[in-house]
Amino acid sequence: MTQKILAAHAGLDSVQAGQLILADLDLVLGNDITSPVAIKEFAKLNKKGVFDKDKVTMVMDHFAPNKDIKAAEQCKMCRDFCGENDVTHFYDVGEMGIEHALLPEKGLVSAGYCVIGADSHTCTYGALGAFSTGVGSTDMACGMAVGKAWFKVPSAIKFNLTGSLRKYVSGKDVILHIIGKIGVDGALYRSMEFTGEGLASLSMADRLCIANMAIEAGAKNGIFEVDDITLDYIKAHNGAEPQIFKADEDAQYDEIIDIDLSKIEPTVAFPHLPENAKTFDQFGDIKIDQVVIGSCTNGRLEDLQTAAEIMKGRKCAKGVRVIVIPATQQIYLDAMEQGLLKIFIEAGAVVSTPTCGPCLGGYMGILAAGERAVTTTNRNFVGRMGHVESEVYLASPAVAAASALTGMITSPWNI
Amino acid sequence: MKYTGNVIKYGDNVDTDVIIPARYLNTSDHKELASHCMEDLDKTFVNRVQAGDIITAGQNFGCGSSREHAPIAIKASGISLVIAKSFARIFYRNSINIGLAIVECPDAVDGISEGDKVEADLDNGIIKNLTTGAEFKTAPFPEFIQKIIENGGLINSIANGDID
Repeated sequence: MTQKILAAHAGLDSVQAGQLILADLDLVLGNDITSPVAIKEFAKLNKKGVFDKDKVTMVMDHFAPNKDIKAAEQCKMCRDFCGENDVTHFYDVGEMGIEHALLPEKGLVSAGYCVIGADSHTCTYGALGAFSTGVGSTDMACGMAVGKAWFKVPSAIKFNLTGSLRKYVSGKDVILHIIGKIGVDGALYRSMEFTGEGLASLSMADRLCIANMAIEAGAKNGIFEVDDITLDYIKAHNGAEPQIFKADEDAQYDEIIDIDLSKIEPTVAFPHLPENAKTFDQFGDIKIDQVVIGSCTNGRLEDLQTAAEIMKGRKCAKGVRVIVIPATQQIYLDAMEQGLLKIFIEAGAVVSTPTCGPCLGGYMGILAAGERAVTTTNRNFVGRMGHVESEVYLASPAVAAASALTGMITSPWNI
Repeated sequence: MKYTGNVIKYGDNVDTDVIIPARYLNTSDHKELASHCMEDLDKTFVNRVQAGDIITAGQNFGCGSSREHAPIAIKASGISLVIAKSFARIFYRNSINIGLAIVECPDAVDGISEGDKVEADLDNGIIKNLTTGAEFKTAPFPEFIQKIIENGGLINSIANGDID
């Protein structure tokens, strides 16, 4: 699928793994951390403006609402640049959300698109059947200038999904299971392609979460075969006309891995790598200090609905700080109208404005030395959420919610 | 291009969060980023790194975030070259794009110790451990990559007309 999308965007009939190509881009994305570096590089190119004001987007989400003066300066630089260049899709406080939740919601990505973003989790849009990959600020600058990027065509690993997920098991458990199986460099430089009859049971929220963490296995991109669920989602969000690319019957794969979704259990990735995946039979009591439910991985409405279902009418354990972060303004509003925010607040959790904040140890939930957090975010590297001696355990919204109630890492099956 | 320097050695999966922690991403000033380089992995790095030094590392160096601040911090700290068994792909791309020389060579990583003096000739794909005398071969850089690094990055290469 990836190779076909790349060929179409490079004006070629076909491409092969390893081939270097120059591809046309449908969207170039940056955030408040990576865009300032790109803007400085862009200035050196002496271009009159961006290649297409509708195909460049900047989202102020990492340190916004501004966490300090320097963050304020960075956001201002992006705001000024987008103003000067008349960039259509500039998302500031009030409209913004976490970029990878926001763009699909706004219909800015469709099936068959070729997207680069100066954020590693840009691979999220593979859930919509797009080729989408994270790059750095220099690539973003060149992308904004000419609407093109060079790529080395990746080979692929096929994940053949069968069965369906059990209650309180989600896309997060699937991707943690997969990374546990293949390792944090198990898909290095390659494409992870998800297909099989099991797809039918996976919601868009599950798919977006799985594709989001493809980078945590080192992959260039993750991509899902397009089906009615994808098409319904794109239509519901007023996305552009989808271009559907299907893998050939005889497509070449480096490896084919079968995943029986009905066998996946609630899974937790232990510090300090996402590949340290364990199921609940593999560990005992682990006391926690903080829970974060949010991020580009798991801050969607479905994630909040699952957490609220578990927390409804119950109280968070004494001494555990529980932070819920709806990923976009729309999700916030929907969660409010559905009564989810009331459930969280009555349980003793705080509900934050959309931000990446704590996921990368920015702000809004930093850990002290020796503290432990269960979070629905995507990385548990040393110091990721704060002090180098703190610990981050990655899990699904269901596990995070269950853990919030007990103060220990807890399976939602035991609540 | 030839690089000569003393080696600072790290292990597998050195991620971009330890290369430059997110708490310093509220700036893109190269010197300021360099002053926190490797801080969460090796607090001694910034004090002992000398201009021209070479980093060696294991698998998947630079995994995680797409922050270009990571190779910028390494380059601005004075490191001339990173030799690893493998690199995470965004870090690899970013390094070339900003003009930080990097090369994959698992044999060299196994055959070089902390503090060894190393000479690397990337145009010809030869890495020499001057301390032990051992020599390792790697694929030479294609010419266009050599040009990007010589120019100090992709943007300068485009501005200089070496890439159009």
